[in-house]
Amino acid sequence: MKDLIIPWSDDRDLGTPARDGMPVTLTIDGQEITVPGGTSVMRAAALAGLSIPKLCATDSVEAFGSCRLCVVEIEGQRGTPASCTTPVAEGMHVRTQTPKIQKLRRGVMELYISDHPLDCLTCAANGACELQDMAGAVGLRDVRYTAGQNHFAPRQNGEANPAYIPQDDSNPYFTYDPAKCIVCSRCVRACEEVQGTFALTIEGSGFNSRVSAGTPEQDFLASDCVSCGACVAACPTATLQEKSVIEMGTPQRSVITTCAYCGVGCSFKAELNGDQLVRMTPYKNGKANRGHSCVKGRFAYGYAEHSDRILNPMIRDKISEPWREVSWDEALTFAAKRMRGIQETFGQKSIGVITSSRCTNEETYLVQKLARAVFGNNNTDTCARVCHSPTGYGLGQTFGTSAGTQDFDSVEHTDIAIIIGANPTDGHPVFASRLKKRLRAGAKLIVIDPRRTDIVRSAHIEAAHHLALRPGTNVAVVTAMAHVIVTEGLADETFIKDRCDWEEYTEYAEFAADPRHSPETTEKLTGVPANDLRAAARLFATGGNGAIYYGLGVTEHSQGSTTVIGIANLAMMTGNIGRPGVGVNPLRGQNNVQGSCDMGSFPHELPGYRHVKNADVRATFESAWGVPIDPEPGLRIPNMLDAAVDGSFKGLYCQGEDILQSDPDTKHVAAGLAAMECVIVHDLFLNETANYAHVFLPGSSFLEKDGTFTNAERRLNRVRKVMAPKNGYADWEVTQLLANAMGANWCYTQPAQIMEEIASTTPSFAGVTYAVLEEKGSVQWPCNADHPDGTPLMHVDGFVRGKGRFIHTEYIATDEKTGPRFPLLLTTGRILSQYNVGAQTRRTANTVWHDEDVLEIHPHDAEVRGIKEGDFVRLASRSGETALRATLTDRVSTGIVYTTFHHPDTQANVITTDYSDWATNCPEYKVTAVQVSLSNGPTEWQENYAAQAARSRRITPAAE
Amino acid sequence: MKIEKLIHMANQIAGFFATQPISEEDKAVQIANHLSDFWDPRMRRALHDYLAQGGAGLDPLVCTAMAQLRRPASGSEDRAPDGC
Repeated sequence: MKDLIIPWSDDRDLGTPARDGMPVTLTIDGQEITVPGGTSVMRAAALAGLSIPKLCATDSVEAFGSCRLCVVEIEGQRGTPASCTTPVAEGMHVRTQTPKIQKLRRGVMELYISDHPLDCLTCAANGACELQDMAGAVGLRDVRYTAGQNHFAPRQNGEANPAYIPQDDSNPYFTYDPAKCIVCSRCVRACEEVQGTFALTIEGSGFNSRVSAGTPEQDFLASDCVSCGACVAACPTATLQEKSVIEMGTPQRSVITTCAYCGVGCSFKAELNGDQLVRMTPYKNGKANRGHSCVKGRFAYGYAEHSDRILNPMIRDKISEPWREVSWDEALTFAAKRMRGIQETFGQKSIGVITSSRCTNEETYLVQKLARAVFGNNNTDTCARVCHSPTGYGLGQTFGTSAGTQDFDSVEHTDIAIIIGANPTDGHPVFASRLKKRLRAGAKLIVIDPRRTDIVRSAHIEAAHHLALRPGTNVAVVTAMAHVIVTEGLADETFIKDRCDWEEYTEYAEFAADPRHSPETTEKLTGVPANDLRAAARLFATGGNGAIYYGLGVTEHSQGSTTVIGIANLAMMTGNIGRPGVGVNPLRGQNNVQGSCDMGSFPHELPGYRHVKNADVRATFESAWGVPIDPEPGLRIPNMLDAAVDGSFKGLYCQGEDILQSDPDTKHVAAGLAAMECVIVHDLFLNETANYAHVFLPGSSFLEKDGTFTNAERRLNRVRKVMAPKNGYADWEVTQLLANAMGANWCYTQPAQIMEEIASTTPSFAGVTYAVLEEKGSVQWPCNADHPDGTPLMHVDGFVRGKGRFIHTEYIATDEKTGPRFPLLLTTGRILSQYNVGAQTRRTANTVWHDEDVLEIHPHDAEVRGIKEGDFVRLASRSGETALRATLTDRVSTGIVYTTFHHPDTQANVITTDYSDWATNCPEYKVTAVQVSLSNGPTEWQENYAAQAARSRRITPAAE
Repeated sequence: MKIEKLIHMANQIAGFFATQPISEEDKAVQIANHLSDFWDPRMRRALHDYLAQGGAGLDPLVCTAMAQLRRPASGSEDRAPDGC
C-alpha cells in the first residue's frame, strides 16, 4: 500500500512491543544492531530491516510464541528458539535463515495450510493476508496432507462437517469467519491487552480450539464485544474482516488524519480506493491513541455519505415555509443582506455566531473573526459554553491557563487515578483502554460518580472506592477530601511552599479543616459514607503519582467552576502537578472543544485566552485585521437566547452545532430561535436547530477538508482532506464566502494561511505551522520559541500564572431542589455507541446498539410507581415533559434517574432547566428535579415537536 | 433580558465571592470585575436599571458591586458597523 510519505509515518509491524532497557548490541545475519534491553530478537531484526516470518506475533500485543514460524538459530544456544519470545542479549549472534530453519518453517506452514481453504483469489483478505504472505516468504510449494478432518468445508463426504462453523455477521461492521481462523490468538490478546474488554477467548483445546465471543450461544453482537476493531486490526487472515473491505476490496492508498468524534483525538489512516473510503484504521504512531480506536472513529463514519446529507444551499423567508434550494450566491447574498439589515435596524450587537467544536481550528478562528471583524462585536460563543467553560474559569484562576496539564501517555505513570464526573469507557473509550491497562498493572482507582459506570467494575479491574455521591454535591465531596488531607497531615507542604502561594494555602487549610467540611458532616448531604471518603482521600494523598481525570459531571452544575477549583486545590496540596503520571485532566467532549476555546470562541476572549478588555491584545488583532475591536464582552449562548426573547438579538450564524437539541431547556431555546429574524445553520444535516433557520449552508465532513484539531491534551493534529467536499466547499471557505458577502475582503486560499495568522497573533501558537506538523506529526501547545517541540506536560517548573492559587470552595446547594412534585433527581450522560446529539452516529449502523434513549431507574423507585422493565414512562420537570422507555437497574441509587440525550424524539433537554454555573453560565444539565410515572406513549409536546420538525424540513427543489 | 434570571445569576456570583476570605470591600470589587469581564453590556445595563428601581431580591453585595460599575451607554450598539 502506498502511504503518504512522512518521516514519522513508518508503521511497519515490528512483531513485538517496544522496550526501554539499557542498550544491547547483537548481530543478526551478520548485521550489528543496538536496541533497548528487553527487546525481542524478532523486533531487533525488524529494526535492522530483516523481517522474520511470523503469524501469532504483532507489535500491539505481547509475544505469545505459539505459531513457531519465527524460529531462529542463536550461536551457543541449543534448538531453535522463537524469536518473538527470546529477548536480545549482549553479543548475541542470530541467524534467521538457515536450511534447518527454512525446513522447519515450511513444515509449520504446511500444517497451517492443511486446515485452511485455498480460496485466496476470492478471499476478502487477498493481497492483505499474512498467512498468504508467509506461505510465500517461507517458499511453501506443496501441501502433502490430503483433505481430512478440517474446519473449513461446510460438508464432507456428503454430510455436514461438525467442525464447520458458519460465518458470524451479526456485528454491523465486521464478520467473523471461523473457517479462516488459524487460532493465533491475536484477536483474543488484542481484546484483553489493547481494549481491556476480555470479550473473546479460545474455547476447547487442540484441534477443537476456536475463537469464541463469550458463550457458544452468543454471537459477536450479543457478546461483551464493544466493536473497537482491535481484534479486526490484529487478525492476520480474513477471519475478522471489515465488511467494507469485503464489499469494496482492499484499499490501495491511505491518508493520515484525525478522528472527528471525542476529545481523545485519535489518529487514523483513512484507507481508500480512489476517493472512495474503504476503512478507517487506527494509526499506531498517533500519540493520543497509540494504535487503538473505538467503535465510533473506527467504523461510524458512514454519516458522511448518508442520504440525509444536504448538499445544496437553501433559504426561506419564514420558518413556516418550505426550504428553497438556491445557488451559493443567492443564499449568501440573502444571508448577508438579512444580517446587515438586522444590524441597521437593531444595532451592531444584535447578531452573533456560534463556532463549532466539531470543525477545525482554522474554521473556528474564522467564525470568531467573522463576529469580531465583520459584525463588529464580540457575540461569539461555542458549545464549550455548555460543557467545559468552568474548566476555563477554574484552571485559569488557579493555574493560570485553561488546559489539561498532561498528555495521555502520562497515564502510564499513574499510581492512583481519580475519575470524577466522567464515564471514559463510553465517552472517551481509547483513553479508558489506556487507563484500564494501567489499572491491570496495579494502579488504583477512585470513581466519584452518582452512577456505577463500567469503569467502577469490569473484567480484571475494580475501583478501590466508588463514592456514589448525590448529584450536585461535588464541591462538598472534593472539599471533604481536602479536609481529610489537611487534618491528617497528608499535604505535600514542600511542594506547596515551593510552588504555591503559601499564605493562601494556610487560609485554605484552615477553611477545609473546619468541622463543617468533615466527611462525617458532609455525608448527610452527599450520601457518601465518611469512612469511604476518608479512605479515598488517604489513598490519593499517599498512593504515589495521583492523577485526576474529570468530565462534564464536574462542570455542568451550578457550582461547576467551584468544583474545578477544588480539583486543582487537591492536585496542588498533594504535589500532583508538573511531572508524568499526575495532573488535572479535563476529558473534553467533542473533538475540537479545546481548539475552539483556544481560538477565541468565547465572547470575552480573543485567541489564546486573552480578555478583550486588554488594549494590547486588541491592538494585535486590530492591526492584523484592520478594524477596531469592541472592548466589551459579548453574549454567551444562553444570553443570546435570552436577548433574542427580549428582542435585542436577532441574527445568528451557527456552524456545526445543534443548540436546539444539545442545549438545556428546549422550549426556551426554541423560543429564542423563533424570535430571531435570521438564523443561518451551517451543517451536514437539517439538524433540530435548522427547524428554526432561514438559511441553510451545507457543510463538509472532516474527510473533505484540511485543517487541525486540538485534543484534550492540547495536541494539534492534522486533519487531511481525503476526498473533495461533496457540498462543493470546505467549511472555512463557506465562512469566508459569507464574510465577503458582508463586505469583508478575505482571501485565504488554504487553511495553512489561517494557521499562519493564528501563529502570528497568538503567542502560545507562535511555533505552529503546517510544516512543523508534517515534520513532527503533532505538537502540544504552547509551541513557540521557548517550547519549539511543544509542551507535553504543563507547569513543570512553575505555574503559568507564577504561584498556584488556593481559592476557597464552599459548598452552596443548587436551587434546583427535589420536593413533593418532583421527588427524583435526573442526571444525563452519553453511551459508547452514540455521540453527542447523535447527528452523526444516528446516521450509522451504531443504532444497532442504542436506537433510543432510555431512562435508568432503580428497581425500588420503579416498584412504587408500578413501572416494569421496558414500560413507557413520562419524565417531567418544572421545564417540560417527555416520554421514553424505562430500564430497571441498580447502577443508579434510589432517588436518582439517568438518561442519554442522543435522540431528538426523546429530547431529554426539554426536561433540563435554565440554571447554570455561577461563573460561566455553563448549564446545570446534571441536576434536574423530576417525577417519573407510567405513560401510554409520546407526550403531546413530543408529537407537536415531531410534526413541527417534519413541516420545517420540507424542501422545494430548485427549478431546472 | 428577563430580570429574574439576571438576579439569580448575579446572586450566584455574589454567593461565591461572599465565601472568599477577603474584605467586604474586596468582595464587591471581585463581583464587579466578574460582571464587567463576563457580562455583555446590555445585561449589566438591565441590572443597573433594576437596581435603580430598588433592586428587590438582589444580594446586598451585588448592589455594592454595581455601584462601582458604570452603566454601559446604550449608544455603542446602535452604531452601524464601520464597514469592513
